[in-house]
Amino acid sequence: MKILVPVKRVVDYNVKVRAKSDESGPDLSNAKMAINPFCEIAIEEAVRIKEAGNADEVIAVSVGDSSSQEQLRTCLALGADRAILVETEESVEPLGVAKALKEVVSKESPDLIILGKQAIDGDANQTGQMLAAMLDLPQGTFASEVEIQDGIVQVTREIDGGLQTLSLTMPAIITTDLRLNEPRYASLPNIMKAKKKPLETLSSSDLGLDLSPRQNTLKVAPPPERAAGIMVEDIEQLVDKLKNEAKVIT
Amino acid sequence: MSILVIAEHDNNELKIATLNTVAAAKEIGGDIDILVAGMDCETVADSASQIPGVGNVLLANKETYKNSLAENIGNLIVELSEGYSHIMAPATTNGKNFMPRVAAKLDISQISDISAVISNDTFERPIYAGNCIATVQSTDTIKAITVRTTGFDACESSGGSASINSIDNDTNAGVSSFVKEEIAESDRPELTAAEVVISGGRGMQNGDNFSLLNGIADKLGAAIGASRAAVDSGFVPNDMQVGQTGKIVAPDLYIAVGISGAIQHLAGMKDSKVIVAINKDEEAPIFSVADYGLVADLFEALPELEAKL
Repeated sequence: MKILVPVKRVVDYNVKVRAKSDESGPDLSNAKMAINPFCEIAIEEAVRIKEAGNADEVIAVSVGDSSSQEQLRTCLALGADRAILVETEESVEPLGVAKALKEVVSKESPDLIILGKQAIDGDANQTGQMLAAMLDLPQGTFASEVEIQDGIVQVTREIDGGLQTLSLTMPAIITTDLRLNEPRYASLPNIMKAKKKPLETLSSSDLGLDLSPRQNTLKVAPPPERAAGIMVEDIEQLVDKLKNEAKVIT
Repeated sequence: MSILVIAEHDNNELKIATLNTVAAAKEIGGDIDILVAGMDCETVADSASQIPGVGNVLLANKETYKNSLAENIGNLIVELSEGYSHIMAPATTNGKNFMPRVAAKLDISQISDISAVISNDTFERPIYAGNCIATVQSTDTIKAITVRTTGFDACESSGGSASINSIDNDTNAGVSSFVKEEIAESDRPELTAAEVVISGGRGMQNGDNFSLLNGIADKLGAAIGASRAAVDSGFVPNDMQVGQTGKIVAPDLYIAVGISGAIQHLAGMKDSKVIVAINKDEEAPIFSVADYGLVADLFEALPELEAKL
């Protein structure tokens, strides 16, 4: 069984991103970049499935510019067997990413595709579902537990009211939520080994794809500022303020 | 302009998130239809028909739609999409699940989680955990949109008289099936709809200590939430998580107890009208968004707060 894991290079989750002062976009100059945390959970899950003897190969794939090779190497260090970069210079919307991934899927024919549920930059939460629809495959989104047996994958999903379990025929698409697993750290020997693992580069034009954006970003602005608050001395003062100043309790 | 809103419901009850979504649709303007897809969900269709401003309620009442499987619902919406300029659903886990399938099938670029309507093709949406607000204009002929419910006050729920039309489409994809659901039963208001929310974080130390929040929640009619740290540590279930990737809340009063205030948590609650933070660490980032901060040991502060309310 083959598992494909699409991953994205994003700003590190600890960086507080601000809008540029001319509101033309987010200010990402010198920001630390990393693999999207949900994608890291996806790689971890795929590697665990392989380690449990339920898969033979884990392939990491990314759609982005050449710097995404860095994140693909991270995936290789975490246990992926090989990697594919679909190289594109412009930023691609989730619809375009899904189209590029569809081409990779038709070349590789994986039995399972595991993605992060959302990237922490655009917060779109679309790519996995879009890819599933394009391939007419079932999806188990926001997964907190995955169980594979006999061509069926059972996925427990984190939904608004609690948990839901679905049974999907394979091939299937899974998107990860936070509780699915705790990703390992790459060991130094594995980081060294990863440098020798195959990393293939395709260009989006070779795939014959039109990935041009359908949305124009007119501006990117900071959120409304909150007025500075005050520190209260004790509970008595707090309750008094909430009653008589903020008037949110009676 | 003709807008199709997908109703959020559990086959028994129309959820308020639907009213927030209709409110966003009204800001776009035009005819509004509501799709109620489910099983034995006639009462939901009745409720939907009473929302003022709704023209038609489309009722797809079939086993195929009982558990809102994304494959089946997605295909249904695609079949119904002709003639609509906008297809909208609340950005609940349900809406997030099926809407991208609809967008992909129709070859359109979805606009996720809109927090404001600028015009019929231009919307605001938070990115980077809400640290930036992007204004995006869609060039697609049909707009597929999910709506951040805290961005739009719920519209009226009664006074309208839409016609209810049963539709016979059956779009069972046959690739997924429902196994089970564990839905938390609670007498408290829903987290995303509550006027008051009190949340606990890692500082609560364990799940049992969350009971310290109960008495206060009872007195304030509050919902109880949690930070990711508290959920990851197993103190409380995942459906209580407030944050970038959990629930987005904007109550009149949000009380954060023992929560340090990571960017990801702030993303889920910083649009609350009044924020109270109780934390023993005076350096905790949560105080930077709090209207009222109290540096205190929560194990002393919570019983005292309960007594004083």
